[in-house]
Amino acid sequence: MSEFLAMGGYAWYVWGSYGVTFAALALEIFLLRKRSREAKA
Amino acid sequence: MSATARLFWFASPQTFYPLAGTLARGFGAAAALLAAAGLYVGFLVAPTDAQQGEAYRIIFIHVPAAWMSMFLYLVMAGWAAIGLAFNTRLSAMMASAIAPTGALMTFLALWTGALWGKPTWGTYWVWDARLTSELILLFLYLGFMALQAAIDDPRRADRAGALLAIVGAVNVPIIYYSVQWWNTLHQGASVSLTRAPSMAATMLTGMLLMVFAFWFYCIAASLMRVRCIIRERA
Repeated sequence: MSEFLAMGGYAWYVWGSYGVTFAALALEIFLLRKRSREAKA
Repeated sequence: MSATARLFWFASPQTFYPLAGTLARGFGAAAALLAAAGLYVGFLVAPTDAQQGEAYRIIFIHVPAAWMSMFLYLVMAGWAAIGLAFNTRLSAMMASAIAPTGALMTFLALWTGALWGKPTWGTYWVWDARLTSELILLFLYLGFMALQAAIDDPRRADRAGALLAIVGAVNVPIIYYSVQWWNTLHQGASVSLTRAPSMAATMLTGMLLMVFAFWFYCIAASLMRVRCIIRERA
């Protein structure tokens, strides 16, 4: 498991890419849900 | 109802609103399933790359984000052009709905590209043709959004934004062909329609799964946003 997380020494590059991508998409969905609720109000 | 009549029926924002909700849920669920499959293949099935080690696994989000950044711009400019030509309200709303997701995909292409460039090229950023034209794409998206936000009347904002979107579309083929037209650090296309892909089959499978996941996600997000815009303008 720790070997998987280490990504052969490229952990920062690989997980930095995936982490920011996942966070950005989650933020977009959150903001869209919020905007949708406000538009209906 | 004939196909043309159905098209005009759904061109009305009020009738499109519930359909967009159904489609957004369907595409969103499909995107989640495809992403799960793509990440499984990308991390647990695809082998380590002989030259780049594990760093190449960034490809599974970099390429989908980069393709979507260009594709969404063309779709956005297309809807904007239709809205400008035929004065159809929903087309202009679709253009506005796509822009933030397109900007996000452009940012992600640049971000993952920077984090991939460091271990493979030794630098996060170079001012070469591919990277610079992709950065201009981000500014075009942000410029489109800022211009529309600066104009109070939605119909005028639609027309002004449409002109910017259409003129800016010239940048997309520049990005796409930049790796052929100029000497650049960025590699050429690994996948094209005219020849066999230059990558292992499992890597390609993982990447294509992620491409469809990103594509469906972008459709779902744009439809969710167009529903907000329809309500806000009602």
